Amino acid sequence: MTKLHVETTINGEPAEFLCDPAETLLTALRDGLGLTGTKEGCATGDCGACSVLLDGRLVASCLVLAPEAQGRTVTTIEGIAASDALHPVQQKFLEHAALQCGICTPGFIIAATALLDKNPAPSEQQARYWLAGNLCRCTGYDKIIRAVLDAAPVVRNMRSHSL
Amino acid sequence: MSTEAKTYNYVGTRPIRHDGADKVTGRANYGADINLPGMLYGAIVRSPHAHARIVSIDTSAAAAMPGVKAVITGDDLPETSAKLAMGEGALDLHDIGDNLIAHKKALYHGHPVAAVAATSFEIAREAAARVRVEYEVLTPVLSIDQAIAPGATILHDDMVTRGRPAGPSGPTNVAARLELRRGEPDRGFAEADIVVEREFQTPMVHQGYIEPHACVARWGQDGRAVVWTTTQGPFVVRDGSAAILGIDAAMIKVIPTEIGGGFGGKITVYLEPLALVLSRKANRPVKMVMTRDEVFRATGPTSGTKIRVKIGAKSDGTIVAATASLFYEGGAYAGAPSGAGAMCCFACYDIPNFFIEASDVVVNKPKVAAYRAPGSPMAAFATESIIDEIARTLGMDPIELRLKNAAVEGDAAPYGPKHGPIGLTAVLDAARRHPHWQTPVGPNQGRGFACGFWFNAGMNSSATVTLDSDGSAAVFTGNPDIGGTRVAQALMVAEELNIPVERIRPTVADTDAAGYTDVTGGSRVCYATGMAVIEAARDVREQLRARAAKIWNTDVSNVGWEAGRLIPLNGAGADRAPLTLAEVAAKASATGGPIVGRASLNVAAAGAAFGAHICDLEVDKETGRSTVVRYTAIQDVGRAVHPSFVEGQMQGGAAQGIGWALNEEYVFDKAGAMENAGFLDYRMPVASDLPMIDTVIVEVPNPIHPYGVRGVGEVPIVPPLATVANAMRDATGVRFTELPLSPPRVLAGLMAAGD
Repeated sequence: MTKLHVETTINGEPAEFLCDPAETLLTALRDGLGLTGTKEGCATGDCGACSVLLDGRLVASCLVLAPEAQGRTVTTIEGIAASDALHPVQQKFLEHAALQCGICTPGFIIAATALLDKNPAPSEQQARYWLAGNLCRCTGYDKIIRAVLDAAPVVRNMRSHSL
Repeated sequence: MSTEAKTYNYVGTRPIRHDGADKVTGRANYGADINLPGMLYGAIVRSPHAHARIVSIDTSAAAAMPGVKAVITGDDLPETSAKLAMGEGALDLHDIGDNLIAHKKALYHGHPVAAVAATSFEIAREAAARVRVEYEVLTPVLSIDQAIAPGATILHDDMVTRGRPAGPSGPTNVAARLELRRGEPDRGFAEADIVVEREFQTPMVHQGYIEPHACVARWGQDGRAVVWTTTQGPFVVRDGSAAILGIDAAMIKVIPTEIGGGFGGKITVYLEPLALVLSRKANRPVKMVMTRDEVFRATGPTSGTKIRVKIGAKSDGTIVAATASLFYEGGAYAGAPSGAGAMCCFACYDIPNFFIEASDVVVNKPKVAAYRAPGSPMAAFATESIIDEIARTLGMDPIELRLKNAAVEGDAAPYGPKHGPIGLTAVLDAARRHPHWQTPVGPNQGRGFACGFWFNAGMNSSATVTLDSDGSAAVFTGNPDIGGTRVAQALMVAEELNIPVERIRPTVADTDAAGYTDVTGGSRVCYATGMAVIEAARDVREQLRARAAKIWNTDVSNVGWEAGRLIPLNGAGADRAPLTLAEVAAKASATGGPIVGRASLNVAAAGAAFGAHICDLEVDKETGRSTVVRYTAIQDVGRAVHPSFVEGQMQGGAAQGIGWALNEEYVFDKAGAMENAGFLDYRMPVASDLPMIDTVIVEVPNPIHPYGVRGVGEVPIVPPLATVANAMRDATGVRFTELPLSPPRVLAGLMAAGD
């Protein structure tokens, strides 16, 4: 099978890879580029463990074909933290003990950063509905929701300082 | 060890977990994240029939495909009669081996019959599709009623009913029976003013961990093998794989990866022995990763059940007699947690007369695996629903009724031993005083209450604590960290040695580096492995005293320990300033070498634990849809080492139980194929389904543990099934006896009741 050559931007850096035409972005990230922070829980778009941002938009990378990344920007969990500090969402997940096994955590953090980008002051209900595409089997979501709501003012503050 | 009444410096605080940064940045490696040079990829050929004799397997077309490096069938893993000791029980490796890959018969839809290793997953899957299996299709047995009916199709020709009393000889699908008896139930019922009897049914449900099973096996030319795998029991993988393959366990090293959830479902082996044999045959490392479809069809689940319970009480609420008849599906092999269900079903109450009988029934569905408090939630669903009915009929407050009959210290548990200090009445009292219980129920809502019990486990654990010359320490155990046990262990070392918790490095060691340690399960890691960690830290402390004695040139009996310092005793050195731990550690080289503490123990007993839940449920009577609007979990945890992770266990168990109560179920077609083997149709709770889950930590110290710790993780899944069903009864006036309480079932129930 002839491989396709894809040029894209991943976590702010230019990247290129070869892939089969039918390969998913998830497989390209994990197997082709070694970015295993993005997890596979179902491969059918139902669990959110493979969440990434494609041109800033939240997608399930198991439902995106790898060649679709051509010329676009991809943000994975490996690109969320600053070089010298965790992202506030990451920090709040730690402070609130919002993870137990941690397999769903990268997907939740990606989805939560996308939420706070769109809606910097979400209500609990808005956070619950936005994150309804991400399954967690360990926590019952309580501490995850608290972490996200607690991160919101920190993210707002960070943004107002960077303007 | 006895429980010390004291205040703690570190235990009870909430530091950030040591493995946290790796897990929020994507650096942590889970089962499917391991990749090796030259690695092959495995795929499994699975039976498309729920019950079929394997007539022949032709692997030639698959083996001939370019890129295919090995194809195996049951012939490559001969059947074994070995058993593997685990705690008080034993794992039947014949059945585990036959479940890994079928030998004579396929016993459920999805049962492996062959496996392939190839240079890519795509080629492996294509090759798997080219393995030609000829089956003689047999009648599937798909329910308890079918399995126990006279003349039923038999799954295993050699099955006899084990347990007491001995069952009938001859062909049977009843793998085991257990009877428990106390007093004279008939006389007890004759004295009762009210008797309530109902039959309950619950479907098979899956543990639902988000990480599918995954491993990499590398068999070396020297006969030594390494397995990287996501497991709750690295030593089970090592010893089980060795016994199933008939090789020396000394030749296998198991390196546990981070684990993405297990809940009991990642204790046994599904992939590892297959990957080992494929690797041996292909002479290359082999990676195997299940799809979600495979996880549903061929791992887990826990038993579907049919349970009849009858309870008699006096008009003042005193329970005088009870009987229970429990049937649990084991799936394709023996092993349903029916015995545990029998022991748990009345464990919350002191009942003078009872008779309990439980049966483990094989059916053509996946072999069940442990699932969080195995067997107890379904039994509690039945018992706690009936207790609720009795309270309603008598017009008693449901908590008062339970307090009147609650098991207390000194009562004999239904399964024999007398309870030590237990916290059920403290839990019930905390529930009664909770604002949730005190607040009126909202419109279109109902409130449910139920409690639950679990034994918890002790078993074998080992721990090593190493002290560095800079006064920092590391702690090693053999338990994969499934939900915060590293930081809990670091807290225990910090407590014992007065080292800041950030300067302690907790590590999950592989099977070559850790002393033998039983599984991460049975709510035993923080409890039993924690006891080993505390003992190992105390061993370091004793060695520090000896080193200080050497420095002071005095006898060790003249050196004491106080708040992280070595102090002179008995006037042995009034002129000597106390030495800090760091000062003695810095002189380790000169005083005898590095300081390493160790401990290993077999904790025979555990501390029984109880919880109680309150649920407010809003029901839309037009559609049957219900929403949990408020939920509170109260539990006796003995002592909370890291309260955030204790709360997390209580919240997570409650959420799993709510899913079980409201939506989750295995749906099979008439031929025995699972129809909803994906997260879209197997509906687990999502964030928008749930409210915040309030928690109340009750601490009645467990005298077996030095800090009073009890196991925490399993109890919280026991009460929710009945709690939610009792709330549904309160909201609708209808008693539902079959789960899940999905909208169609609730709507049908409401219509049948004329609502």
